[in-house]
Amino acid sequence: MKIDMLQALNAERDARRAVVVVTDVESGAQRLVKAVDVEMDPLAEVLEKRLRMAKSGMEETAQGRVFVTVYVPSPQLVIIGAVHISQTLAPLGRMLDYDVTVVDPRTAFATEERFPNIKVIADWPDVALPPLNIDHYTAFVALTHDPKIDDPALLYALERDCFYIGALGSRKTHAKRLARLKEGGASDASLGRIHAPIGLAIGAVSPAEIAVSIMGEITQRLRVKADKAEAA
Amino acid sequence: MNMRDEDILKAAEDWRKEGRGVALATVIETWGSAPRPTGSNLVIDNEGNFLGSVSGGCVEGAVVTEAIDVIDSGKPKVLEFGVADETAWKVGLSCGGTIRVYVEKVN
Repeated sequence: MKIDMLQALNAERDARRAVVVVTDVESGAQRLVKAVDVEMDPLAEVLEKRLRMAKSGMEETAQGRVFVTVYVPSPQLVIIGAVHISQTLAPLGRMLDYDVTVVDPRTAFATEERFPNIKVIADWPDVALPPLNIDHYTAFVALTHDPKIDDPALLYALERDCFYIGALGSRKTHAKRLARLKEGGASDASLGRIHAPIGLAIGAVSPAEIAVSIMGEITQRLRVKADKAEAA
Repeated sequence: MNMRDEDILKAAEDWRKEGRGVALATVIETWGSAPRPTGSNLVIDNEGNFLGSVSGGCVEGAVVTEAIDVIDSGKPKVLEFGVADETAWKVGLSCGGTIRVYVEKVN
């Protein structure tokens, strides 16, 4: 690979944009195709499918066999609430290669001491969220239990293509929340995207166990969906 | 903390800019149970330093050796590794799969 191409590849990835590299493994000939340019590529159909599945692999083409390397952004995990569960969920997300951000306007909670080596934004969701590039590769969880903080954050996430949205609270709490969010302008279809009660049903009791059940559910959404798309 | 593939490719760029000889290895095909999916990257420099993985540790040693050849010659190579079998292979995958790895120079 030419250093210019490697540099361009890294720049796209820094900006959280998907990119594809097509390599003729016989000759070494290679080209980089940014996600926005895929439709103009001679292999548009093949590349689009691979991008959608986020899966690299060999392809037979009119020009011979090529290897398509698909680079999609790392998943990011945005946690609303610098609470006890988040103190396990944030490092757990990091271990699973997520870009993790914790948002909480309550400065007593959102401290570096409680979240060492984690990006913490001590501000309200309307200020903290827009710069985060909440995209298809984002898992979004609301854990504060405080409607003043969770509701605007969830409304923001519901307007975007996050692959996972979860909110802490019992069925009763969640029913009340749905009513409020509907009043706030969310459609029934979008409200159905919220996972609540949050997490896989593994009988989690402690905050750390709840974090594990949430991370399990996020992983399931990330991977099982991809497999189904492949089978289709 | 794991090394993510962003970090691996970033290291490849940095190493090259420092003037090191650098090769990039990529898993291009897998059969059976293979430890790392297609597209997985390993970055190697001309002194045998490496980051990332193509097999979770089974064949990295052999890939590094071949990569140093690729850095010298500048010619890309496709390597194939199968089931560990002392008579047929010097190195192999204990998991029973087969992988093909493309090794190219960063220049």
